[in-house]
This record gives sequence, structure tokens and C-alpha cells, in this order.
Amino acid sequence: MDAIASPVVATGLVKQFGDFTAVAGIDVEVAPGEAFGFLGPNGAGKTSTMRMIGCVSPPTSGSLRIFGLDPVADGRQIRARMGVVPQLDQLDNELTVMENLVIYGRYFDISRSDVKAKAKELLEFVQLTEKAGSKVDPLSGGQKRRVSIARSLINDPDLLLLDEPTTGLDPQARHVLWDRLYQLKERGATQVITTHFMDEAEQLCDRLVVMDGGLIVAEGSPQGLIAEHVRREVLEVRFGYGRNIEMMPAVDGVGDRIEVLPDRLLIYTDDGDASLSELHRRQIVPESALVRRSSLEDVFLKLTGRTLVE
Amino acid sequence: MNVTVQHRISSWGPSRVYLRDWIYFKRMWWSVLIGSIVQPLMFLLGVGLGVGELVDQGPEAANVLGDTSYFAFYATALLATTSMFVLAQESLWPTMDGFTWSNAHQAMISTPLNATDIVFGKMLHYAVRGIVTSGGVALVLALFADTRSFGLIPAAFVGMLTGLAFAMPIAAWTATRTTDNSFPAILRFGIIPMFLFGGAFYPIEQLPTWLQPVAWCTPLWHGVELCRGLVLGGLSLGAGLGHLAVLLAFIAAGILAARVTFERRLRP
Ligand SMILES: Nc1ncnc2c1ncn2[C@@H]1O[C@H](COP(=O)(O)OP(=O)(O)O)[C@@H](O)[C@H]1O
Ligand SMILES: [Mg+2]
Repeated sequence: MDAIASPVVATGLVKQFGDFTAVAGIDVEVAPGEAFGFLGPNGAGKTSTMRMIGCVSPPTSGSLRIFGLDPVADGRQIRARMGVVPQLDQLDNELTVMENLVIYGRYFDISRSDVKAKAKELLEFVQLTEKAGSKVDPLSGGQKRRVSIARSLINDPDLLLLDEPTTGLDPQARHVLWDRLYQLKERGATQVITTHFMDEAEQLCDRLVVMDGGLIVAEGSPQGLIAEHVRREVLEVRFGYGRNIEMMPAVDGVGDRIEVLPDRLLIYTDDGDASLSELHRRQIVPESALVRRSSLEDVFLKLTGRTLVE
Repeated sequence: MNVTVQHRISSWGPSRVYLRDWIYFKRMWWSVLIGSIVQPLMFLLGVGLGVGELVDQGPEAANVLGDTSYFAFYATALLATTSMFVLAQESLWPTMDGFTWSNAHQAMISTPLNATDIVFGKMLHYAVRGIVTSGGVALVLALFADTRSFGLIPAAFVGMLTGLAFAMPIAAWTATRTTDNSFPAILRFGIIPMFLFGGAFYPIEQLPTWLQPVAWCTPLWHGVELCRGLVLGGLSLGAGLGHLAVLLAFIAAGILAARVTFERRLRP
């Protein structure tokens, strides 16, 4: 792919804070119109990467090109074309929703009349029209997040950066947000999203990288990663806290691979029900058993030996 | 989307940064102006008239103050000191707010604005705040025969510059802080002593000789002398330009430092 056509191209990208390496050399290329994800636990280096892409944190080494431009030398030009939803909302709580959008739009040199019209349109898009005159402070977490998203769209960005867009929101608020982001994607906006929720990555991302300890440990589409790294289904069995390891030999061969967690065993298999029947045939009776489809959580567990959300 | 937007970089960055401060200021400018009238009035009535009565009748008054009344001597200093107090505070907590509590500065640098825009935007805010403050004091001084003069107009601007000579270096320092723990100490051990020793209450020649050079190094003394000279006369052009140059030098040094510290803080 032509480097100019890709909104984001990173090679050997490193970010250090003093002696500490937050991003340890990653290669990433985001295609136009794509929804690209960074999936990883807290501390993986997702925000550090996003801040480098957002031109608000200079890379320590490696190469980074945004729209084919250099984020250090051409930061202003790049940021003029970018929308950013930071991990923590940076809204003015004492100002109204409308004021927040208008002020931000003026930072992009959008004329007063255009910015008002644009703000109205965006509040409609995030379904907050009736809150335009309300202060931000009393809004719910989900509403504030939607204000942040509306604000990030004020300049019609060619590239949208979303750092953990739904962390801390209740399930209903998450779904409202996902729906809006999905609509944006339909309109062709390129999105880069970080998350530590595998369901969010599966919902929102065409392609993603799994990050851990500042490194990329896997890359692909959600379905591709699952197909590549784990079996289609998982049989989860619980024998009681601490007893799960003891039961390993007894369940050996029931599935293709077994992961031991403190509270349960995960048996990876192509046919969960068949594996459960096999357990019963061996007269092994767990406290509970359930069959589910494999997820990115399982991919992460296999690649790192740890769970995403501790 | 129906409204389409050009991707542009503003050449008016600082005024865009200031817009946010202006929206807040608009809500309370009236109380700011009243405050800057009431506070100097209190000082004037409490110190200017009361102490003035004592001093003017004292045997040394003519030697120390010439033919100026103590009231006029003290009142003209308030043009500089009031703005110093207001802008020193403004460059501490409200400036810290942009870096920490509201993260407004962080939001700004995600747009085409950069750290230098923020430095000059804040400066614009301090300047407006400063001129409203010194202007309020000037209005008060215009009420009294001893201090009524067209010199009050340029003196109000010098008062503002005196405030900026504090605000810019302090803002540069604020950007290096992660908490506001040390802010009260700045006021207590930096600003208040200057108020006491910077020539507001008596000519610095009254100080022990070894302390006088300290006063020369503080922006306040230069601001006070210049305001006094503009309103009451008795200041040579050379001395006046010298005072102005010192104030501008403090402001310039503050700007240079703030550009570095703001950038470091916002782009780790
Ligand atoms: N400004 C900074 N100074 C020092 N360490 C930092 C800074 N920002 C992030 N880190 C460290 O870098 C690591 C990665 O952080 P981050 O990129 O925020 O991860 P994530 O977003 O995946 O949770 C963490 O250990 C964090 O403490
Ligand atoms: Mg993060």
C-alpha cells in the first residue's frame, strides 16, 4: 500500500519516559476508512501510542507518519485534520455543552456561524440536542462521553482517535456509543480505537493489534485472530477454588488445550457440547460447566498467559 | 453532515485560547471591577488617610516626600500593587487549572493550537484582567484632588505591565508543578514581602542600605516608581524608560520561560 494513502504508518515506534519504556518498538499501518484497534490491558502502552499518533507526545525513536506527514514538524497541519477523544474527558464542566463545542471549534479556526451550525448538527447526531444549554457537570458519564465525541467531530476529521471510548460506562450507554461509532464508520471515517474490552474490539474494529508490555503480540481481524490462535468454542468448568489444577490430568484430552485460572478451567475445543459429553462419560462432575464461543479474551490469555481485565 | 469544514490553522491562536478565559471572565467582570475599586478604597481610607495624617505632620515629611502628601504617595503605588496581587493569583490556581483539573490546555494542544499560543493566550487574559484592575484603581484615584491627573491613564497601563511582570514568570513556574501545595508560600514569602519592601509604603531610601539593591531587582519597585512619576511628576524621562525596560524584561523573560515549561508539560 502507498504510504501517503495510509493515515497512520508506524515502524519501530518507541516511547520512553526516562528509563521506563512504555512502547517498545511497534509496527502499525492503518488503512483509509478502516476501524483499527489497540487491544491490551492497563499499562500496555495504548495511550502512549495514541498520544504519539495524536501529535501531542514526540516519539523517542522509530518512524511515524500521519497522512504522510511528520508529527513533530507538521503537528499543526496533522491535528487540523484529526479528532481526538482522550481517555479522560477534557470538557469544561462549568460551561454549557454548546459552549464546549463552540470554543473547541474556534480552536480549529472554524467561523462563528459555521461552528454553531456544526455544533447543532453534531449534538443531534449524538442525541444530546436537548442538553445544548445545560452545563456539562451534571451530565451522566455516557452523556459526557457523547459530548466528547461530538466535540472531536467538530472539524470533520479525516482520522478519529478514540482512547477507551466506553471505559467506565454502563452497558446501555456503551451500546448507544457503539451505535454512533458504527454510523461514523459507515460514513467512511478512519478510526483508531484503544480498548481493554474484547467485546468492544470485536464490535468496533475491522482489524486490531493485541498489545502487552509495550509490544504487539498479535495482529489480525477479530475473527481471524480467534481462528488463528484458539479453537472455536470454550468449555468452562469450575471445580471449586484451588481445586482446578488438581483436575487437570483428569480432563486431559477432553479438548485441544487447557488453560488454568484460579477459579476455573478453560477447555478449548471445536465442539463444546461434545467435550462436555466426554466429561460426563468420564464421570467427572464439575460444580458448574458452560459452553461459549471463543473470544479475543481467550486469544489474549493464550498469547500472554494473563487475562485482560484482572 | 451538512455543514462542511475546511482544515485550517488559525493565525489568531492566542485569541482563541483567550476565548475560553473570556467566557468565564464575562460572567464576573463586574465583580472584578467592583473588587478592584473597593479593595484600594479600603487601603486608601485605612492607610492613606490615617497614616497620611500622622506622616504629613511629622518633622521629616518634607525631607522624605518632598511636597507630595503621604496620601498621594501611597495611593499611586496601589495602581501597581493591586494588579500585582490579582495577576499573581491568576497565574497560580486558574492557570494550574488548565494543566490539571480541567485539562483545558491538554484539549487545546489536540487541536492546531500549540504551547506558544497558550502562553500568549494566557498573557492576553492576564492583560485584560490587569487593565480592568488598574483601571478600577485609577477611577478611584481620580476622585481625590491629590491624585487627579491625566497621568492616571498611562499609569493604569503601567499597573497592568507590573502585574504581567509577575504573572508571566509565575505562570512559567506553575506549569512545572503537579500540585498547588506551594502556591500559598509564593504569595506569603514572595508577593507580600514585595508589597512591604517594594517602595509602596515609603521610599526605599528609608530601608537599610544593604536592602535597597534587593528592591531594585523586584519588578514591583519599578512599577510603583513609574506609576507615581506618571501621576505626580518628578520622574526624569531616562529613569522612566529605565523602569519600563525592567518591567518589559521581566515579562519577556517570563514569556521565554513559559514557552519552554508549557511545551514540556503539555508534550511529555
Ligand atoms: N508521562 C508519563 N511518565 C511516566 N510514565 C508514563 C507516562 N505515561 C505513561 N506512563 C507509563 O507507561 C505505561 C503505559 O501507559 P499507557 O500508555 O497509559 O498504557 P495504557 O493506555 O495501555 O493503559 C504505564 O506503565 C504508565 O505508567
Ligand atoms: Mg490508556
